[in-house]
Amino acid sequence: MSHPLRGRTAIVGIGNTRRWNAPDRSPFDQLQEASVLALEDAGLRLKDVDGLFCSLSTSGLPVLNVAERLGIQPRHADGTMVGGASFIFHLQSAMSALVNGLCDVALICYGSNQLTAGGKLASMPDPQPYENPYKPRYPISSYALAAARHMHEHGTTREHLADVAVAARAWAQLNPDAFMREPLTREQVLASRMVSDPLSKADCCLVTDGGAALVLTRADRARDLPRKPAYLLGTGIGISHRQISAMPDLTTTAAVESGQRAYAMAGVGPRDIQHRMLYDAFTINTLLFLEDLGFCKKGEAGPLVSSGAISPGGRLPVNTNGGGLSCNHPGMYGLFTVIECVEQLRGQCGARQVPGVQLALAHANGGVLSSQATAILGSADTL
Amino acid sequence: MGHTTNTDPRFDGPGPDAQYRQALLEGRFVLQHCEDCSAARFPPALVCRSCGSARLSWRVSPGAGEVYATTTVRDRAGDYNVAIVQLEQGARMMSRVDGIAADAVRIGLPVQAHIVPGDEPFVVFTPAQGGAA
Repeated sequence: MSHPLRGRTAIVGIGNTRRWNAPDRSPFDQLQEASVLALEDAGLRLKDVDGLFCSLSTSGLPVLNVAERLGIQPRHADGTMVGGASFIFHLQSAMSALVNGLCDVALICYGSNQLTAGGKLASMPDPQPYENPYKPRYPISSYALAAARHMHEHGTTREHLADVAVAARAWAQLNPDAFMREPLTREQVLASRMVSDPLSKADCCLVTDGGAALVLTRADRARDLPRKPAYLLGTGIGISHRQISAMPDLTTTAAVESGQRAYAMAGVGPRDIQHRMLYDAFTINTLLFLEDLGFCKKGEAGPLVSSGAISPGGRLPVNTNGGGLSCNHPGMYGLFTVIECVEQLRGQCGARQVPGVQLALAHANGGVLSSQATAILGSADTL
Repeated sequence: MGHTTNTDPRFDGPGPDAQYRQALLEGRFVLQHCEDCSAARFPPALVCRSCGSARLSWRVSPGAGEVYATTTVRDRAGDYNVAIVQLEQGARMMSRVDGIAADAVRIGLPVQAHIVPGDEPFVVFTPAQGGAA
């Protein structure tokens, strides 16, 4: 018997401001524009929204601020904040709320001015007294520690990491909306300024502005709306720690659990997935998630990436928008992984379109490899 | 003040963070150990991370451990080390290895804890004397 949430809801609208460098726009401005775009895409109106899901790195009371600005009084809301993975947590929460009748139209939305706010951006009020004395650069040093351990245990090299950035850039060159589209070579990545060994500047995601939103309904209603629905077949979340020192094994993330939960709900396995978005805050992320989500064995992701498998034309297309490394990364990137899956399922990706995608996987990460969330989306044929 | 509520005596007294800091101020590096599963715990908390038990007790740590992961932070004011040290008792903590070039710290290096005194004392490590710990 299939899982009671499998295929019962769908993404019927997506909004992406594509404003990666937008002075004089607040995070709320970006969020509102994305929400308007997503609702227009869905053929629905703000007054139809009765479920609100949002989190911001700049607001401690995101649901209240967003509801006021959008002029809505939702009857269901969720402001879970687990970093960049928050939005797939919201997706899972929205699926359950829709199926159980707690709401009929769910809006998941986000906005950021991470780039143009520059040094004015307040850091998240989440002090870490057991890390602060050592001045790790946040968050890169935590990812660097995981990368160092992966190299130590599995022979992963800086070249393997560099090839993740090169693959992302190759995809970005096919995406007119990507922020960074100049050619990038392995040598250029390796020559980039070291920030926290073994990660250099070119191993880090971009810092951009941006806004994104999704609109969800139950599957029966989705069929009557203008866009081809992207059905939610499965989701899973995993939480393993807050501080990197508390991560049980620095080479294995809770994506193992989130992935297994999503695959189980969807009734599919990694070999069935035709397109994958793996939250690449740093190059090491892509390697960890390829392994932890079952696309290769532990320790084999480096050679897999260097073989060209995840690049355009490869057998495992990954981060086809250019990823956080080359397309955009406005503070928290999770929603953009889902949006690219929906666009691929709709077949509207132009030069970067993966032919015939019916099953796509979006994976998001939050904190310092702390929260993991996986969503599997499918076309009507996969129901 | 002066009003006594019906608290559970198991949790009376300063909380775990305060107890840890007070011990460091007195020159002792202490770790919590679970009385049910014997796992060591860091950072301090009210419950055992391995089994969920609330029966934790403090023991002085001998401070021996090894580097589990390491990074060199490249800073204009000078490069410095950030490491995760695995203590012999099993707990891990973020720290720094002093007494050796930042980028010479290797995973597996045996290290010994030292308390850096002050109003907010903290623990750093140096390479252990006499080779393998």
